[in-house]
Amino acid sequence: MRTVDFAIGIGGENGQGIASTGDILARIFARRGLNLNAYNAYQSIIRGGHTFLTIRASDGPVRSMGDKIDVLIPLNQDAMDRHLKLLTAGACAIYDTEKVKPGTPAAGVQLCPIPMKELTKGNKLAANTAALGATLQLLGIESEPLEAVVTRQFKKKGESVVAENIAIARAGYDYAANNFKAFPFKVPKPGKGLGVITGNQATAMGGAAAGVKFYAAYPMSPATGVLMWMAQHARQLGIMVRQVEDEIGVMNMIIGAAHTGCRAMCATSGGGFALMSEAIGMAGMIETPIVCVDVQRAGPATGVPTKTEQGDLWQILGAGQGDFPRIIVAPACQIDLFKTIPELFNLCDKYQCPGLVLADLLISEGTSSINPDDLAFNVKIERGELILPNSNGASVKPGSGYNDNAYWRYKNTTSGISPRAVPGVPGHIYTAATDEHDEDGTLISDEFTNPHKRRMMVEKRARKMEAVVHDIAPPKLIGPESAQVTLVGWGSTEGVIREAVEKLAGEEGIVANQLPIKWIVPFHAAEITRILSRSKHVIMVENNYSGQFARYLRSEAGIAAHGHIRKYDGEPFMPHHIVNAVKEQLAGKTQLSVPVHEVLA
Amino acid sequence: MSSLTEPPAVAAAQPAPVTKDTYKGRIHPDWCPGCGDFSVLSALQAALFELGLKPHQTLIVSGIGCSSNLPGYMNTYGMHTLHGRSLAVATGAKLGNHELKVICTGGDGDGFGIGGNHFVHTMRRNVDLTYIVMDNQIYGLTTGQCSPTSIKGMITKSTPHGSVENPINPIPMAIVGGATYVARAFSGKQKHMVEMIKGAILHKGFSLVDVFSPCVTYNKDNTYQWFNPRIKILEEMGHDPTDMHKAIDRGYQWGEEIPIGLFWRRSELPSLEDQEPVLHTGEGPLAFRPLGLSQEQGKALIKELL
Ligand SMILES: Cc1ncc(C[n+]2csc(CCOP(=O)(O)OP(=O)(O)O)c2C)c(N)n1
Ligand code: SF4
Ligand SMILES: [Mg+2]
Repeated sequence: MRTVDFAIGIGGENGQGIASTGDILARIFARRGLNLNAYNAYQSIIRGGHTFLTIRASDGPVRSMGDKIDVLIPLNQDAMDRHLKLLTAGACAIYDTEKVKPGTPAAGVQLCPIPMKELTKGNKLAANTAALGATLQLLGIESEPLEAVVTRQFKKKGESVVAENIAIARAGYDYAANNFKAFPFKVPKPGKGLGVITGNQATAMGGAAAGVKFYAAYPMSPATGVLMWMAQHARQLGIMVRQVEDEIGVMNMIIGAAHTGCRAMCATSGGGFALMSEAIGMAGMIETPIVCVDVQRAGPATGVPTKTEQGDLWQILGAGQGDFPRIIVAPACQIDLFKTIPELFNLCDKYQCPGLVLADLLISEGTSSINPDDLAFNVKIERGELILPNSNGASVKPGSGYNDNAYWRYKNTTSGISPRAVPGVPGHIYTAATDEHDEDGTLISDEFTNPHKRRMMVEKRARKMEAVVHDIAPPKLIGPESAQVTLVGWGSTEGVIREAVEKLAGEEGIVANQLPIKWIVPFHAAEITRILSRSKHVIMVENNYSGQFARYLRSEAGIAAHGHIRKYDGEPFMPHHIVNAVKEQLAGKTQLSVPVHEVLA
Repeated sequence: MSSLTEPPAVAAAQPAPVTKDTYKGRIHPDWCPGCGDFSVLSALQAALFELGLKPHQTLIVSGIGCSSNLPGYMNTYGMHTLHGRSLAVATGAKLGNHELKVICTGGDGDGFGIGGNHFVHTMRRNVDLTYIVMDNQIYGLTTGQCSPTSIKGMITKSTPHGSVENPINPIPMAIVGGATYVARAFSGKQKHMVEMIKGAILHKGFSLVDVFSPCVTYNKDNTYQWFNPRIKILEEMGHDPTDMHKAIDRGYQWGEEIPIGLFWRRSELPSLEDQEPVLHTGEGPLAFRPLGLSQEQGKALIKELL
């Protein structure tokens, strides 16, 4: 049961401590057992600019940043000017009396000026802490949780800093109690404490759970969080973590490690992924399993490093020259990232091919609450037909000596999968070559009479993909089958579409259902066709300009959507964007809606 | 790695004696007759044999080029990767299984042109790899274009009026780049090359052996006949390979007298693998360790999120 659903927006310059203030709030809410989603609209400069962090929390499910702000904390004038006008009746703005002048808010919006200098005794850094105290008071949350989290946050800086910040938090709290009107609700404590996780952490932890032993990267927003987590935990978990000279090196290096038998992984964004393309083809050709995560950001080229987009679909589909098997998956949210990485590793090991993950800034840098019970680290690990030298002290299939002709690394089997020995196994010597090769690894690229062998090897590799589709879950329609409209999305839009569907039903009387698609290659074309051919009106929702997935859907399932909702301004969808677009499309006004992102306009 | 000559566990099934031929692959090289790379292949096989390296514990990684076809002619594990990428792949392989002997082979274009970035960074990391470059100062496989080591003025298919660019000199570059064993060999001096390669393989850290390996088909300037009278062996000249400045001077020497031999070596620097505690937990190579996390490890990770 949902009894509260509120959002706090903190705006200001980079360097004003917005992220750490957000962290404190997120921890307080999660520890109470509230679900939450936090999204930071920021710029890639370290100081200055405009940053706006939205934290939404509820005792019901929270799948997006939502549509409204209840508490606005503008840390500078710019943030006040941009956001005050978007507040609606019932909301409030908490700000420093001396620093920020309010404009005229909408009727019913409470202005909460605080004399910060007085409360913080001139400690400029602590204004955020005072604002937090006031926020919690208005939300009906006791001050102890704040004190506990403040202690955790400032522990490293020493006792006096902790004590000072606690005093300031309490001063803000008391000031609000005496001067402002609290919300009509009190935020409940619905149960067991939850954790807080970003998508990049979830990705890294999924890798650790899968048994990744080698992680390499070149820093690139918004994927750098994975590298930072891995570097931080490398020694404790026994993972070799390398920062490499460029992304070409990254991909080649993880392939080298994977070739020896390690589970190896990397994460990057579209630009880095572009540099990896040729080597991804190598993984396909020498049949080495690796996992690479592309955390999409707004492109092309450097694009908007701190903004989200789903613009790399065709890049991923076409990465690398030639035809070769690959598995592509687009997880929906943080916990899905955690669960998908080990599953993908199992598939890649089984089918000996690269596995590519399409994440995006929205979910990878975005924060979500997480139930610790959902973070199951004892994942299933299946390595397929791998031959290691140390299983029972010898190789699984011991060969007969150095010059062993009996082992063919690329044996043409009915499944297309050939047992994979790694260097170090006695009696299985071969050369893995990116030139086309015969079953035993011998180059046939220049052979005069090779068309039949070439065909055999192309087909052998391609055949592996026939079975993969049976190992992955088909997409499921969510909501009533007889709905007026079906919203199709892929990857990270699943949550916001779900909330839009709920809003359509609750506020607009429009019955919609939803088909979220996660596995891109292989594609459950038959099942998707079956579902969508029964839909009355199909609308494709995606975060890019050209409708990349709409085109993919048409090519793979032969289905053209009736309408499209697209957004490519760098910010993610909010539920009302989709709701309004569906309304206009059902009214026959348009077949293409491009919602305007109001907040930063 | 334990050394060296005892037969592998499975050799009981076929106790063939190890000879130099043990290291020969089943495929005969398709290099042009007279190509300098034959001599390098032979020298490498001899070096592995003399050091008693086990074929299944040796991995030879190459890029793309005539010279990069070498792994296919060896009876060891091999990887024939992408143009310019052998060092990156080899670094991953070496860290994945640090008990392997990993040797990279390739051409001048492969290593100093398209692979230049990896070359620079692999040297400074001092990864325990041996890198043998068959430097023919030309792009052989693509039929004779200018390479990063083609001398200024050289007429090639891509420089019909003579190259106006200055070449890379890999020896000084490697010395200042952080390589800890820097040698040069010549295909016309195979015995000497075997010694250079053996020294490189035994060296702990990044070792470069840049080999003048004439391309008899496309490089009509730097031929055996051109090199033969010019080549001087450092070991016979009283060169001290621990003197960095002399090593650089010798490295720049070009013209009537061109030195080959060991220019530079330092043995006090730890290799990358030495410095990575993850490899020294007593659990063997990363590649063969059990996968997954223990319950305690999982719990500790979850605790960070609360
Ligand atoms: C990305 C890429 N670019 C270009 C090529 C074409 N190519 C193959 S080998 C080669 C140059 C070979 O020269 P070198 O490395 O000196 O080897 P050699 O043939 O002289 O032994 C080139 C340009 C390629 N295979 N891949
Ligand atoms: S083209 Fe040159 S480098 Fe290539 S095989 Fe022939 S001689 Fe050797
Ligand atoms: Mg060459």
